[in-house]
Amino acid sequence: MSEQNHIKLADESLARQTTTLNLGPTHPATHGVFQNILEVDGERVLKAEPTVGYIHRAFEKIAERRPYYQITPLTDRLNYCSAPINNIGWHLTVEKLLGIKTPKRVDYLRVIIMELARIADHLVCNSVIGVDTGALTGFTYVFQYREKIYEIYEEICGSPLTTNIGRFGGFERNFSDTAWAKIDAFMKTFPKAFNEFETLLNRNRIFMDRCIGAGPLTAEMALNYSVTGPNLRAAGIDYDLRVAQPYSSYEDFSFNIPVGTTGDVYDRYLVRNAEVWESFGIIKQALEKLKDLDPSVYHADVPEFYLPDKKDVYTKMEALIYHFKIVMGETDMLPGEVYNAVEGANGELGYYLISDGGRSPYRLHFRRPCFIYYQIYPEIIKNGLLSDAIITLSSLNLIAGEMDA
Amino acid sequence: MALTHEHIIRLLQEKFADPQLTFEEPYGLLTVTAPAEMNLKLLQFLHDEASLQFRFLTDITAVHYPDRKGEELCVVYHLHNLKENVRLRMKIYVPVEKPDVFTATKLFAGANWMERETYDFFGINFVGHPDLRRILNVDEMDYFPMRKEYTLEDPTRTDKDDEMFGR
Repeated sequence: MSEQNHIKLADESLARQTTTLNLGPTHPATHGVFQNILEVDGERVLKAEPTVGYIHRAFEKIAERRPYYQITPLTDRLNYCSAPINNIGWHLTVEKLLGIKTPKRVDYLRVIIMELARIADHLVCNSVIGVDTGALTGFTYVFQYREKIYEIYEEICGSPLTTNIGRFGGFERNFSDTAWAKIDAFMKTFPKAFNEFETLLNRNRIFMDRCIGAGPLTAEMALNYSVTGPNLRAAGIDYDLRVAQPYSSYEDFSFNIPVGTTGDVYDRYLVRNAEVWESFGIIKQALEKLKDLDPSVYHADVPEFYLPDKKDVYTKMEALIYHFKIVMGETDMLPGEVYNAVEGANGELGYYLISDGGRSPYRLHFRRPCFIYYQIYPEIIKNGLLSDAIITLSSLNLIAGEMDA
Repeated sequence: MALTHEHIIRLLQEKFADPQLTFEEPYGLLTVTAPAEMNLKLLQFLHDEASLQFRFLTDITAVHYPDRKGEELCVVYHLHNLKENVRLRMKIYVPVEKPDVFTATKLFAGANWMERETYDFFGINFVGHPDLRRILNVDEMDYFPMRKEYTLEDPTRTDKDDEMFGR
């Protein structure tokens, strides 16, 4: 196909003297590989046509051939800004299928990791809104704290970005002393830095003028378009899966669901900031609750699905058998059909799993929140300025890996 | 009054009185299986009926069962009543030769891309969809890759034995 065929002009754009502008696929402001073909009249956006799928990797198809435990690394390549939530969401789905009940300590450790991931994700998103409005300083302040969170992951699972954290039934190893020290250091230093970030932007006249009224989203529209997560809450709907359908013992924690009113960029920004504080509070409560629990527990007692200790593999017959069966993916799974969802950092992250009892899923579908809510983008930037379109894009917290699966 | 599964089942049976309407509850999630031509009527009723109000469309996807003759493709809807916090799954079976299903885009704007994705991977033809094009795969693709006849491994390879490790 010749290059000419790929150049698409909007109908009648010549007569109307409008300009067709390609925003993306690799534009610094798109923060990921996706394209928007905009029709602009001067600085006003008349029409946007999003194209997605540039990094589609067929995870759902690959998952139909892999043993269950090998699907975990696929999930953390969906939303790579908060990979542990994806991993743990998948573990919870399989545990639901198998009926595994995890000990309280595992739940609380998971809560700590998931809330750290949420903080990291929101830090990236909100500081990048700052960057796109021209305020780089806030970004440099908080980004080192994202790095500190990544160091905590690294201490627990060995890898900072695509984490592959945890196993079915719990964690692969107990948290080390260094990990606890890093978590404590984070808890001590983070509030000050985040306060500083908020002072820089929250009541900053220039920032407010840029964000207030940009890309507004009404509650009706958000619901009709199946928007979830902070974007829905910024529109005024208090739907949060951690409260609506508590998983991993979230019912033991007390926290608020921050909501906005107008659903514009500024509201989304404020909602995420407030959620960072709520997550911080949850981690604090979890650390407090952990003090009363046996510190040696870090996984459920499910030898059929949880990889045994390496030293047992060499000395005990059962451990050797289980080790072999798990690694080769020969463990029998229960047939069944499960939909399980967790509150991801940008919305309801669902796993629809059909198992026929075989070594890999018969069908696995990821409900990827940002794929679904990216549909609203052309609607909410219509008739706004091009510069508003840019910050609207960053405020939606779109992750290309998740969108394209 | 809390919205119970019994209430939903009773209302649906009263309204449609169709023996093809079946109900099950895998892992506590009420699943309604309906004939293909009924999907829009059912969605509309679930959406509008005052005591049901399933107004949030969580997800649309499909599953391919090559062995079920005449109902190879299954379209799965996940609905949510946010007020009562009740979920519902709806399933529609269609033959692979004529995978026509009415679109839900008139009821839920968000169904647009979900249906495009389902079309892209399974070839479900959503009748009445405003813009039924491929979304994640390239436009030039001429098959529907999530169907079971397309194996992940290259079928022409002879150097790999799948007896032990493959599905």
